[in-house]
Amino acid sequence: MADRAEARDAPVVAPIGNKQASEAKMSDASANGGPVLAADGTPLKVSLRRAERRLRLRAFLLTAPLLGFILLTFIAPIGDMLFRSVENEIVADTLPRTVEALKDWDPASGQAPDEPVFRALYEDLKVAVAEKKHTQVGQRLNYEKSGISSVFRKTGRRIKRMDPDKPLKPQFVNADKDWGDVETWRVIKQFSPRFTDGYFLAALDMQRDAQGVHLRDEKDRIYLTLFWRTISLSAVITGMCLLLGYPVAWLLANLPARTSNLLMILVLLPFWTSLLVRTSAWKVLLQQQGVINDLLVGIGLIDDAHRLALINNQTGTIIAMTHILLPFMILPLYSVMKTVPPSYVRAAKSLGANDWTAFWRVYFPQTIPGIGAGAILCFILAIGYYITPELVGGTSGTFISNRIAYHISVSLNWGLAAALGSLLLILVLALYWAYDKIVGIDNVKLG
Amino acid sequence: MNLKTMLGLGAAAAVSAAGWAAMAEDMPPCENCANEMTIVSWGGAYQESQRKAYVEPYKAMNPGVNVIWDESSAEAVAKMRAMAEAGNITWDVVDVVASDAIRLCDEGLAMPIDPDTQLAPAPDGTPASVDFGDLLVTECFIPQIVYSTAVGYRTDMVSEPPTSICAIFDLEKYPGKRALEKRPIGNLEWALYCDGVAKEDIYDVLETEEGQARAFAKLDTIKDHVIWWTAGAETPQLLADGEVVMGSTYNGRLFALIAEQKQPVGMLWDMQVFDLDGWVIPAGLPEDRKNRALHFVRFATDTQRLADQAKYIAYGPARKSSAPLVGKHAELGIDMAPHMPTNPDNAKNTLLYNYEWWADYRDDLDAKFQAWLSQ
Amino acid sequence: MTSADDAFVVFDHVQKSYDGETLVVKDLNLNIGRGEFLTMLGPSGSGKTTCLMMLAGFETATHGDILLDGRPINSVPPHKRGIGMVFQNYALFPHMTVAENLAFPLEVRKMGRAQIEEKVARALDMVQMSDFASRRPAQLSGGQQQRIAVARALVFDPPLVLMDEPLGALDKQLREQMQFEIKHIHERLGVTVVYVTHDQSEALTMSDRIAVFNDGRIQQLDDPATLYEKPMNSFVAQFIGENNKLDATVEAVEGELCLVRFDNGETARALAVNIAGPGSRTRLSIRPERVEIGAKPDFNSVEARVLELIYLGDHIRCRMEVHGNTDFIVKVPNASEHAALTVGEVTTLSWRPEDCRALDAE
Repeated sequence: MADRAEARDAPVVAPIGNKQASEAKMSDASANGGPVLAADGTPLKVSLRRAERRLRLRAFLLTAPLLGFILLTFIAPIGDMLFRSVENEIVADTLPRTVEALKDWDPASGQAPDEPVFRALYEDLKVAVAEKKHTQVGQRLNYEKSGISSVFRKTGRRIKRMDPDKPLKPQFVNADKDWGDVETWRVIKQFSPRFTDGYFLAALDMQRDAQGVHLRDEKDRIYLTLFWRTISLSAVITGMCLLLGYPVAWLLANLPARTSNLLMILVLLPFWTSLLVRTSAWKVLLQQQGVINDLLVGIGLIDDAHRLALINNQTGTIIAMTHILLPFMILPLYSVMKTVPPSYVRAAKSLGANDWTAFWRVYFPQTIPGIGAGAILCFILAIGYYITPELVGGTSGTFISNRIAYHISVSLNWGLAAALGSLLLILVLALYWAYDKIVGIDNVKLG
Repeated sequence: MNLKTMLGLGAAAAVSAAGWAAMAEDMPPCENCANEMTIVSWGGAYQESQRKAYVEPYKAMNPGVNVIWDESSAEAVAKMRAMAEAGNITWDVVDVVASDAIRLCDEGLAMPIDPDTQLAPAPDGTPASVDFGDLLVTECFIPQIVYSTAVGYRTDMVSEPPTSICAIFDLEKYPGKRALEKRPIGNLEWALYCDGVAKEDIYDVLETEEGQARAFAKLDTIKDHVIWWTAGAETPQLLADGEVVMGSTYNGRLFALIAEQKQPVGMLWDMQVFDLDGWVIPAGLPEDRKNRALHFVRFATDTQRLADQAKYIAYGPARKSSAPLVGKHAELGIDMAPHMPTNPDNAKNTLLYNYEWWADYRDDLDAKFQAWLSQ
Repeated sequence: MTSADDAFVVFDHVQKSYDGETLVVKDLNLNIGRGEFLTMLGPSGSGKTTCLMMLAGFETATHGDILLDGRPINSVPPHKRGIGMVFQNYALFPHMTVAENLAFPLEVRKMGRAQIEEKVARALDMVQMSDFASRRPAQLSGGQQQRIAVARALVFDPPLVLMDEPLGALDKQLREQMQFEIKHIHERLGVTVVYVTHDQSEALTMSDRIAVFNDGRIQQLDDPATLYEKPMNSFVAQFIGENNKLDATVEAVEGELCLVRFDNGETARALAVNIAGPGSRTRLSIRPERVEIGAKPDFNSVEARVLELIYLGDHIRCRMEVHGNTDFIVKVPNASEHAALTVGEVTTLSWRPEDCRALDAE
């Protein structure tokens, strides 16, 4: 901090810092009023800087705990996530000799590697099995090619019985025939560097094989679909929140205090109930034998055979998420609307604008900062939600976060989860940037 | 695990001789043991059955031991990995399904167990390795129960009770929504089986691209009529609400729905998918905590304890020697044996869940399954 | 007084209540002539702003009719009334430039682009703000914003302009300057102005007529001079200008004059303006500048003790005790022949009976 402050100040004090130059100038400088001196004879600028440095240091010390907290709990995990999304040290660490020996092997040859590579693999695996690490390598490589996991597990059990004095290749192929498969070796070679783009490729529905990088078959693509769905559904949810929240926020800002306080409690009520309870309540309401369908059938709007599918699809996700995120739209809108004096609309009307024109041309533009804040909040929260989509979204209403959660807690493919998370982060930053370009980020007001 | 083991188990349960009540193995007191133990389980009725059958008696025998429950089994693997990475393992005994145990063992996150020295032998002296038999699917796993994923159907919503798993795919005879688990395991096997693949060939077919396409094509025929569940409680609720005409879930949940809540629901045991649940002990525990965990697990997986659990929940004990001891439900007084997935009447046609195969293909097929779902 | 027939704006028995229990405006009758500058003056809560808002259409009258140019406008929405309005805080639209603010009323009237530009330019010129067309309101000073607000209220040539305390936010000097500018614009355009203020000097400076409001009623409606010279009740006398008040009892009425007795037993004569008759209490009102020092023939004379002297340059403000009232102010001109007073000194004050108005006792 102190260093940085100095660096920033450097140009300003340069003539003084350069002692000879300043001294040479001193005689005539004082004649024509040159560098001003403080009472004790030091140049005023130096003395000012010294005084301010102390202030700056104190300010820094005051913010240091928070800064440390943020670094430790926010920046560091994000950094760790970014690192994990490209990190691939396990292959090189567990199979160092094999990786080295594979350097000369060309998968295009169509032949499995020769004896030296197998000998290196034997040495590596002996160590790895002792440390119980061979199964971890198998796990890692299994993400790229199904079946490698059991190749390593099986071979791990056989390694003690192998005879290093005999040719090892046949023994390995005997342990698992996949060792004779070029594809197995190609995957090991491809993922032997310490860093990989494999997770990011997978996260973008791409794969790298003998033909190079290309998109997966249409039927196997999933993440691009999910990213697109996450964005579009989040946009729809944000739009719904705005549509429903705007009038409510207006009422809140314009009703007499007693009524508006009551309304505010109703708006905040969802916050006082657990997310799971709220989501389950929506299930009861929306399912086909649920309250809403029963009601519609009861009043004869739809017949019993054609009950509406309101849940376990995108509709369910949109309804439940809109409900959950509504307060995040209403609160910033309300606090901005509270600051718009009623005289603006009156002025517009007195100038001849009808209700709609007065609203659209005078009131609405002044609430844009609130809309911006609410929309950003809703959108970013929606993009990261996964519990609600999981419970009410069925298959067509789930988000990318559901896959991230899956890879974190079920498949344990943390590298892929990190890559997906990083892409989501990049996406949010890109949208933020676009918002700044289009609307301007100063145009966001939370109150 | 093979079919013979299962059937043998079931047959033994059916015999259910009330005669010999095996006493708890005389446990020496725990030496150099921590007095606090965190047990991780699934919450709900299942955890409750463990508390009554294992933990309460254990605490009675070992006063001063404090047990902390954690209901995180669903994320056990991820959390154990995170704990190991952070170097701060707070769990002592963890209840996981067999596939998770295999993974934990592969990753070196769970401690290997020698069944014959660290687990109790059967009352007749049969070593634990023989008593558990094939259910010891990995060296870190101490099996506890055999459960199955079976199908329940609304008796009032079907014209005639279904007898084959393929009723799931028969939209004409059984119109309406069905609830299936949102994962490929089980569903793909059922799809191929109902598409005419012989049971013993299922995994060979599923290994090929064509076989996978065939399974997905079969699932395509009912895709619009499926509600996919992720939590075991969903199907019972959907059945109770009449949202679905049939749905798969864990057999214990269906037992509760039928026997305890008296809902108009019937069991379809055909092609039930067997699975195991049991304990693992995290690798790298300090000596005193490890001793406590091992002491507890030895007690909790002895023949009598496993049989006791069946009093509270309809899951079959994992020891052969426990089967004859299965008695009546603790509160309902129902004979529990006919509700065990391993009962011969229920286990006429079952699916053997191939852990080894799924460990290899799970990631790939799951991605394909999700891609298929989102299309 | 403007008669109802040729009046431009008519309030006819207008009442207003917000809560259905108390009346904010009690039976208001007011005729405003075409081209007139009428000020509604009164303390806050007197109902003057409510009247203005009813006229603008933002409040509805609970009872009675408001007529604009002979048409009842109770059911006409504000934007169709064609009334210009200047708000207390100007209400310039912050997201529009000055020119856009001025163009707004013309755009909503669907005027042609060229015509709009011309009118905006003319309006800006009128308030000498032509150089500021592309500024935003936030970039203008208070006085400049004020000018723009006036220009915007006038740009669409409304026959009637309402101003709701428009100068309240300005400092004294600027306020006085703006008073003249508004007055001049009014004279130049011949537009009818209804002006609301609580500042009596502002009202006296600008208005053709002033309606003094208190307690939901018009206390007096007159031109500034009459209002000052001849207040009809104690409230108006007290509210407009500086005033000395003396409480007394009416002894007898003698034509235009009456004889009153103070509580200390002394008597005086006053102009009988608003008294109930002999025996009733009255409050006398005497302007400070009408009181002279020293006895004069035919004047009311009274002994007074000097309590405080404030030197104000052109005159000396002298607080005295008169008939037990210690707040009696006399303005002594700082003329060369005038004798200097000292605190504690007892002197004689005198005033014409006609300058002493016997009003209601409140």
